[in-house]
Amino acid sequence: MTASEAKALEAKEKQEVSADVEQTRPGPTFTPAVDIFETDTGITLLADMPGVKAKKLDIDLQKSVLTIKGEVDAPEGPNETDVLREYNTGSYVRQFALSDAIDQSKIHAELKEGVLKLVLPKAEKAVPRKIAVKTG
Amino acid sequence: MAIMRPFWPTRDSSVFGELDRMRRDMERLFGGLSGRSFRQPTAGVFPLTNVTEDNDNYYVRAELPGTKAEDLDISVRGDGLSIAGERKLPEEKEDARYHRKEREAGKFSRMIGLPGQINTEKVEAHCTDGMLTIVLPKAEAAKPRQISVKAA
Repeated sequence: MTASEAKALEAKEKQEVSADVEQTRPGPTFTPAVDIFETDTGITLLADMPGVKAKKLDIDLQKSVLTIKGEVDAPEGPNETDVLREYNTGSYVRQFALSDAIDQSKIHAELKEGVLKLVLPKAEKAVPRKIAVKTG
Repeated sequence: MAIMRPFWPTRDSSVFGELDRMRRDMERLFGGLSGRSFRQPTAGVFPLTNVTEDNDNYYVRAELPGTKAEDLDISVRGDGLSIAGERKLPEEKEDARYHRKEREAGKFSRMIGLPGQINTEKVEAHCTDGMLTIVLPKAEAAKPRQISVKAA
């Protein structure tokens, strides 16, 4: 983390989705920024979804396609008028194709401070095993 | 009395000032048609903020997913505030191989000016679901006042 600590953050414009699926909900849909990394035991996915509450988060897995979807209710009250507006709020949608190596029954999801953490453990057979080579 | 402002520059305003006013008028016009207009912030700012107001308060909102309240430093002055802090991402194990790395960590600080004076004693800030909301009550002098018209 030492390299990134000194770095100053810059705002990135939220990426709006040009969805294949037509939306029935009004308002824009964004692609959440994600980190995906793999270890020997599984794949972890971290997604920034600020404003999404756990009950408005939908994680769906069908035919090895993982869909994460989150809805954000407009945080503004009814009597508020805009003074300055730099970002928009809306839903988040993103899809990933998973390999069969994932044990789909053991997927674990956690939503904390607007960050979704999905742990996708590898199926037993996909975990690499060290084979001891016997000499002699 | 002139009903419309003239398009040509008046003696006391520069040409550029007038052009700037026209640009703002156009933006307001088109922004009004498409619903909402967004102001692109100058480069290098973080976080992006939305500021709204009602009769009693200003509301400043920013999206800061994964940032804890203790990593934020907010201070207010009479007509503005500053938001500073650091976004930390937990370090992963050495053997982690990244497929995507789109989230970023780092420090940030930003000043936001408000259109009116605020009551700095009663400012409240909370961070839920990665969204920072700061409620800044307007100073008495900045609140709109309803004037009742007396019939003669």
